[in-house]
Amino acid sequence: MPRWIYRRLGDRLFAGVVVALGLGLVLLALLIAYELYSGAAPALGRFGFFGFLLGREWDAVRGVFGAWPALLGTLITSALALVLAFFPALAAAIYVVELAPAWLKEPVAYLVDLLAALPSVVYGLWGLFVLVPPLRAHVESPLYLWAAAHAPGVLPLLGPPTGIGLFSATLVLALMIVPYASSLARDALALVPREQREAMYALGATRWEVIRGAVIPYARAGIFSGVVLALARALGETMAVTMLIGNSVELPYSLFGPAATMASLIANEFTEASDDLHLSALVAVGLLLLLIALLTNLVATWILNRMQLEGGRR
Amino acid sequence: MEVMGLRKLALFFLLGVVGLAQAGGVRLTGAGATFPYPLYAKYFAEYEKLTGVRVNYQSIGSGGGVRQLFEQTVHFGASDAPLSDAELKKFKDRYGTDVVHVPTALGAVVPAYNLPGVKKPLNFTGPLLAELFLGKVKTWNDPRIAKLNPGLRLPPLPVTVVHRSDGSGTTYIWTEYLSKVSPEWKARVGFGKSVRWPTGLGGKGNEGVAGLVRQVPGAIGYVELTFALQTKLPYGAVQNRAGRFVLATVETVRKAAELEDFPPDARVSLTDTPAPEGYPISSFTWILVYRDMAKNRAFKRFAEAKALADLLWWISHDAQKYNEPLHYARLPEVAVKVNEKNIQSLRFGDRPLR
Amino acid sequence: MNLGRRRFRDRVMAALVVLGTLVVLVPLFFILFYVFAEGLGALNWAFFTQGPRPPGEAGGGMLPAIVGTFVVDLIALVLAAVLGLAAGILLAEYPEHPLNPPLRLVADVMAGLPAILMGLVAFVLVVKPLGHFSGLSGSVALALIMIPIIVRATEGVLKLIPWELREAGLALGLPRWRVVLSLVLPAARGGILTGLMLALARGAGEAAPLLFTAFGNPYLTTNPLEPMDTLPLKIFVYAVSPYEDWHRQAWGAALLLALLIMAASYLARRYAGGRR
Repeated sequence: MPRWIYRRLGDRLFAGVVVALGLGLVLLALLIAYELYSGAAPALGRFGFFGFLLGREWDAVRGVFGAWPALLGTLITSALALVLAFFPALAAAIYVVELAPAWLKEPVAYLVDLLAALPSVVYGLWGLFVLVPPLRAHVESPLYLWAAAHAPGVLPLLGPPTGIGLFSATLVLALMIVPYASSLARDALALVPREQREAMYALGATRWEVIRGAVIPYARAGIFSGVVLALARALGETMAVTMLIGNSVELPYSLFGPAATMASLIANEFTEASDDLHLSALVAVGLLLLLIALLTNLVATWILNRMQLEGGRR
Repeated sequence: MEVMGLRKLALFFLLGVVGLAQAGGVRLTGAGATFPYPLYAKYFAEYEKLTGVRVNYQSIGSGGGVRQLFEQTVHFGASDAPLSDAELKKFKDRYGTDVVHVPTALGAVVPAYNLPGVKKPLNFTGPLLAELFLGKVKTWNDPRIAKLNPGLRLPPLPVTVVHRSDGSGTTYIWTEYLSKVSPEWKARVGFGKSVRWPTGLGGKGNEGVAGLVRQVPGAIGYVELTFALQTKLPYGAVQNRAGRFVLATVETVRKAAELEDFPPDARVSLTDTPAPEGYPISSFTWILVYRDMAKNRAFKRFAEAKALADLLWWISHDAQKYNEPLHYARLPEVAVKVNEKNIQSLRFGDRPLR
Repeated sequence: MNLGRRRFRDRVMAALVVLGTLVVLVPLFFILFYVFAEGLGALNWAFFTQGPRPPGEAGGGMLPAIVGTFVVDLIALVLAAVLGLAAGILLAEYPEHPLNPPLRLVADVMAGLPAILMGLVAFVLVVKPLGHFSGLSGSVALALIMIPIIVRATEGVLKLIPWELREAGLALGLPRWRVVLSLVLPAARGGILTGLMLALARGAGEAAPLLFTAFGNPYLTTNPLEPMDTLPLKIFVYAVSPYEDWHRQAWGAALLLALLIMAASYLARRYAGGRR
């Protein structure tokens, strides 16, 4: 075909299709936001946006709804889970890319990704039947008894050692988000050009110094992407958390005691809610989650921009 | 030439399939309560063998069922709690027809506990249960419990309350009963499918509550009778209004519904029942349909509405024999009579269905 | 710092890295073992060939749910891949485009929403206009969950492809679109596939958004315009029931689901070249 059609028309068409689809996605997201907003409007109207956000009472019988306990629960569990998951996830990524013998690379990578393949409900069931009893017997109870004897001031912070609560939910959540961070980190590390490593080795660096000095900084944007994806997963995770967190929408929370997250609150009450205000309050909680995701995204973008080096582009 | 022939063949095939789908069996869709799901699974499997009518029932929750009935994506809903006056009004205002309640079976909620060493079922009274769940009774050897259970050695374990974390009809029935027998409960907590619990741990579903109760010595929770019987969870007896300590069985639950003045619209609460031999924490479970089915857009033709009316009639009569083997109580005669009247009032436009 | 100390530090860090990897893998083995132990017994012939039976009746299987899982998830993946890949390409290859800031925002924000709310959106988008439940509406709900994962993974990986590759293509006289399609995408193939598999795994494990979209169906159907059942829905319903047989089947379904995703992941890696 004539060269100019191939070039210009091809470019236009391709760009056009890609942009159209991108636009479609943005419109879809606007639709989601609109749906959430119109569903949430009655509740927000009744309590006021900040009244709802900061309200500490969630009482379906009386028709009083405040999202603060659930909000705190989401923030605490997600942040803690991310902190717990980050180093193991990065370690697994480094292991696969840098340290593992050639025959072990693919299998280990595959196994880590497998953590993402397991349905959330499986994590919940496993957590409930396999993790919770030993956690209660060998971790929480001894700590509680020790604190009762030596540091009773800490007891309210620790909470009742039943095994079900903030602690076990956060542990399982951390496990669940590892593959999201690890996979993307792994891809980022793998795409660091060989020359970067070789240059450092040529300077006489040890393996770890190469990783720390050349590979990670180069891939840091990709690693960060993984972290953001993992955080997003943690924010929205429902099933496993719902089964393990004890579901008490009452502040103050303690480490071992029951808590609630926004996602678990919605999951628990959505199918049975028949009162319009109750339903609206649940959708409003969803809207709040949207806003939190927005906020984390803005912060993440700001951080990403600070990381000038983006790997492929100089 | 071959292509033309092939196309024609494909078209005929397609039309044939579509035509078959239309002319073939009636298909009904229903949604709602989780509690009767196993029973309805049995009902609808048997009904299909009898009549060829296929029913797709999914347990998305009572609240979900009512919403889908309102959105008219289903032919019938199912709920563990009757619709309130306000909810009925919503339907009436929008569609101009009533929602008919057809009770199909009875269930009960029982107090399940974990007390190592205690072999016989414990006796409870309503007010005592309220105090336990309010957190006012701290240990199991409290005199309030001992008084009702003379001769039983109660261990000095602390009381751990377990409740449902998810919204459920079970919670509704339990808290409705507590509200009736304890003014303090009514004032402080009230009743509903989700309430603000003064104390205790939340488990998800009957399974969650039972799991917690089994794991924590000194725990007390509430579960559906069917669940307790099926999983062999020990549970206690509750004193009814007539003063008897009644252990929930399919018999005592059915007796709870043998009321003298059974309301004609079947929207009746059985908790704290006046029936002398009835278990006081029992409840119906209902199927909900529009009185005038033509107003429900889910219905495409008369045959579907007729099939649903016939199904409801069959459930009220012949199908009751499937209840007790699955640990659900059967409808008492008085409820069946009311069902008959209500089913005969169902219409499709101006055509009666039975 | 002398060489000895540096070497020591190198060894310590290597050990820590291995330890970190084990911290990830050991629980995985525990979970897999548990799922296999509980679920293997349920995967018999009836499980794969029959529909569900009421409690108390022997046999009974999950054929409608198995078929439904394939249909709903594959349609969802296609829908999500089309939108997700396009968005990722737009973000990475046309960074100057004004649509990018809102697009990136959108993708990241969608990632944080609980799945059940996507079900709500799909209900409004598909179920209400159609007037009834359908596998297609379930696919839409799942696609909404999958898209953000695909976008972020695609963009992340495309951005890491060295610029020289594009320059080389352009220098050879290839138009921009050809550079993307024939050079950049194939080079990023491994990462894109990872993104697709992560997304598929995420969507395939969801039950809550399907409750009022795909709804469920005890009867076998392959028509996406009819209500359909999926394995997670069955797990959801069976796991909370009091019947031993249904519990067993729920575990079987969980195992099957995990196996299906594992197989899909493995095949994707194998036949698409994996990394480097």
